Amino acid sequence: MVGLSHYLILGSLLFAISVVGIFLNRKNVIILLMAIELMLLAVNLNFIAFSHYLNDIAGQVFVFFILTVAAAESAIGLAILVVLFRNLRTINVDDLDSLKG
Amino acid sequence: MTFFGLHFQDIVFYTLATILLIAGLRVITTRNPVYAALYLVLAFFTAAGIWLLLEAEFLAIALVLVYVGAVMVLFLFVVMMLDINLDKLREGFWKALPIALPVGGLMAVEMVMIVGARNFGADVVPAPAAHPADYSNTAELGRVLYTDYLLPFELASVVLLVAIVAAIALTLRDRKDSKSMDPAKQVLVKKADRLRIVKMEAEVEKNDVVDTSAQADDKGAK
Repeated sequence: MVGLSHYLILGSLLFAISVVGIFLNRKNVIILLMAIELMLLAVNLNFIAFSHYLNDIAGQVFVFFILTVAAAESAIGLAILVVLFRNLRTINVDDLDSLKG
Repeated sequence: MTFFGLHFQDIVFYTLATILLIAGLRVITTRNPVYAALYLVLAFFTAAGIWLLLEAEFLAIALVLVYVGAVMVLFLFVVMMLDINLDKLREGFWKALPIALPVGGLMAVEMVMIVGARNFGADVVPAPAAHPADYSNTAELGRVLYTDYLLPFELASVVLLVAIVAAIALTLRDRKDSKSMDPAKQVLVKKADRLRIVKMEAEVEKNDVVDTSAQADDKGAK
């Protein structure tokens, strides 16, 4: 029978995959945003698994708020991306060095 | 109901988990961002299935509606709108692999050791008792959301409003040939900007001599 640990392991594997994705695609902002979405999905999976197995609905409420904030985040992130592309004609992270940081 | 010693729920879980992990891997390794976005859609769909298995029905539907329906379409719009040089962005992709794989693998091994069956197995955290048939996940979530979490719920709507305003303010640009009026400038206008008072001599009635000469000019012209 599938237990809580199965869901948690699935969530951690998904999280590790997205961490590897951030390493591999560190030049492509779009894939970086997608990897962040995958991370949030993994975290949400943990919340819902705990909510189910501990029989506490608060975990699902938290996932609700995470979904809200994640939607806002990706909308603003993509808007910044569009403005960036309009100004620089590129989305390569290496070209974003005008702040000399 | 068992198949080959596996419960039906187990089969569903393992199938969905495999699809989810493969989709996640394809998101980060695929060449074309459009395919990455589509694989992410698949990952969200599969995750919604797993959430249904965990009896979080409302959130599963919300995930499909909000993420697949709105956020991923936004991603696809942006990906297709931008004219990206893919080869430039793939530079150093495989060069980072020797660092990325150990880091990711180490993280995965650590987390699996912590959340594995020893600490959170089925015998340590037993499955909860099934809900009665008339139990509604949506009603329960709504009841909690509108009582205990009312203030955070209202704040979440403010966050969404800020996101709307920010996204529009960032991407809005004025066209040069736009004939729209600026209300601020209209309000600020003064009388002196619109009305010019000219000092001039009073008009005096002329005598008839001028009139006849004008008529003669008219005939000459004809």
